[in-house]
Amino acid sequence: MTISQIIFLVVAGFTLASALMVVTTRNLIHAALFLVATLFGVAVVYAILQAGFLAVVQVVIYIGAIAILFIFAVMLTRRDMRDRGPQMNRMQWIGALLALLIFIGLSFLLSSWDGYSAVAQEMPADFDTMGRLGEALVSPDAYLLPFEVASVLLLAALVGAVYVAYTRR
Amino acid sequence: MIPISWYLTLSAALFSIGLFGVLTRRNAIAILLGIELMLNAVNVNLAAFWRYGDVNQITGQIFAIIVFAVAAAEVAVGLALVISVYRKKNTVIAEEIDLMKW
Amino acid sequence: MEFWKDPLKAAADWLAGILVGWGLASQVSQVIIAFLGVLILISLLMVLDIFLVWVERKTVARFQDRLGPNRLGPFGLIQPFADIIKLLIKEDTTPGGADKWVYNLAPVLSMMSVLMIWAIIPLAPTVVGVDLNVGILYLIAAGAIGTLSIIMAGWSSNNKFAMIGAFREVAILVSFEIPMLTILLIPTVLSGTMGINGIIESQSLWYVFLSPLGALIFLIAAIAELGRAPFDMGEAESELVAGYNIEYSGMKFGMFYAGELLHAFTFGGFWAIFFFGGYRFFGLEKVHPFLAVAVLIFKAMLGYWVIMWVKYTLMRIRIDHMLALNWKFLTPLAFILLMATALTNAILKNSSILIYWAGMFIVNIIIAFVALEIARRVSTAQRARLEGRKGAAAA
Repeated sequence: MTISQIIFLVVAGFTLASALMVVTTRNLIHAALFLVATLFGVAVVYAILQAGFLAVVQVVIYIGAIAILFIFAVMLTRRDMRDRGPQMNRMQWIGALLALLIFIGLSFLLSSWDGYSAVAQEMPADFDTMGRLGEALVSPDAYLLPFEVASVLLLAALVGAVYVAYTRR
Repeated sequence: MIPISWYLTLSAALFSIGLFGVLTRRNAIAILLGIELMLNAVNVNLAAFWRYGDVNQITGQIFAIIVFAVAAAEVAVGLALVISVYRKKNTVIAEEIDLMKW
Repeated sequence: MEFWKDPLKAAADWLAGILVGWGLASQVSQVIIAFLGVLILISLLMVLDIFLVWVERKTVARFQDRLGPNRLGPFGLIQPFADIIKLLIKEDTTPGGADKWVYNLAPVLSMMSVLMIWAIIPLAPTVVGVDLNVGILYLIAAGAIGTLSIIMAGWSSNNKFAMIGAFREVAILVSFEIPMLTILLIPTVLSGTMGINGIIESQSLWYVFLSPLGALIFLIAAIAELGRAPFDMGEAESELVAGYNIEYSGMKFGMFYAGELLHAFTFGGFWAIFFFGGYRFFGLEKVHPFLAVAVLIFKAMLGYWVIMWVKYTLMRIRIDHMLALNWKFLTPLAFILLMATALTNAILKNSSILIYWAGMFIVNIIIAFVALEIARRVSTAQRARLEGRKGAAAA
């Protein structure tokens, strides 16, 4: 086992453990904070994959905006800070079974794929990920249209969120 | 070196955990938390396929960035809906929001 | 001569030689040396932090026509150590009903978010933790963790004042991130890179001359990000007692306090790095790495002094005014400035340096003038409306 494999296993274990806490813990603020831990773990996985831009954007967008939004929403939607009643619905065992089956099915499906144990090629030393990403996002023969559509989507979501949550005085 | 199967397994496990959350949590915000986990699992896959395929094809990272944008939009609208429902019905339990159920 | 040119690298190589000589793998010895470097950097930062307490107290005393600490040691230099001893021997309280884990984790995250930033600050051309090619985004990402620590502290304290303080502070932090990130794109456009070292290297002409308005907006956004006066809504003493850190005592409060001071100094440093050439000063940085470090620390101190100057001169702004300032003035202004800068840069890039500089400068001045004129008209109209309404009510 090499050092990189050990690091990956530690990070993956941390990520999955906090993801499990997200879906099982009773206190919703704790669930949101465990979500932050999971997202941080995923950011480290991106860093291991040498996708530095994704790792940093993950922290900026998910932890800096989405997780904060979740915490705000949890605080705004409860009368008091205690949790009462069950947090899971009646189907929880069926749900667990279904999730487990899907995991087993996915693993089975993937293991029959012939590129399953491929290892990555060495990254070219002068590979400029940031430059490539920037060019791909704004060049018309690459991804300019999806980029613009995504920005229109964000604008629509912005206006929609304000409209839905706005209270008239 | 780490084989790609490790990333794929991590992603599959994360996806299943998120799915479990979506299927079983009663609180609407907790359901959205589960959806976030599933989106992240997808992103791990995209980044892994970019790294283990041809790195000159930047497509995997671009898709991941688009998923970020979609996730941000989804959370903004979703949480706004939850807060709006809370104001009208005074609950965020998904089972109790049953006005449309006959 | 090797040692003289780059003492830190020479020392690291020497240490690596010894460790490998002991029979360690070279990979392991690299990890050990990296950890040692982090340890040394953090220790130096903590010492600097103690010194900053003294600087801050002396400066505020001068602004308020006092002497400041002057009893312990020469010029009161020992005073911060006395403060630390006081903080350490204070009772470490946890309020009833507090969420223990979150409550204890918050000050750690707050300090961590500041220390993380120092990983990418190039103290000298060769003295840099990592030269990330996404340095600017990393800076914002570290700030996101600081935001998280504030809301954790406010929520877990089980105190209404802490909660309100955290809500206000987070609202400010999240919204002022936008003009800040937009303004940080101006050095990116001008230098063609997001790496901090690359931005410094390309500043043969300091960016403050090319984008004075950008430097000003960055300073305003940075002060808001720091949560210092006039934007210290999170800990408005007269209304919220102390804001999000009200329930903390002893060294846990000390960590928030030290984190805030170091954060202010760090942003002084970033102001210097993005707009005042960082460690560059008329070729002085090429003489010796340590001279470059001294230049950067000096510039960061100047930036820190400006931040203190603003803090102790201006009064606090109301929260709705603050958010209106951000969303209705700073954010559109930053967007327009970014577009104008990119356009001017593209047009004038190949002309002579004088024309380039003059064009950039004039564009900035025009935008600043127009923006201030619009703001003045709008606020005059608002005031006339409000006072008209008040006059009608009185009559």
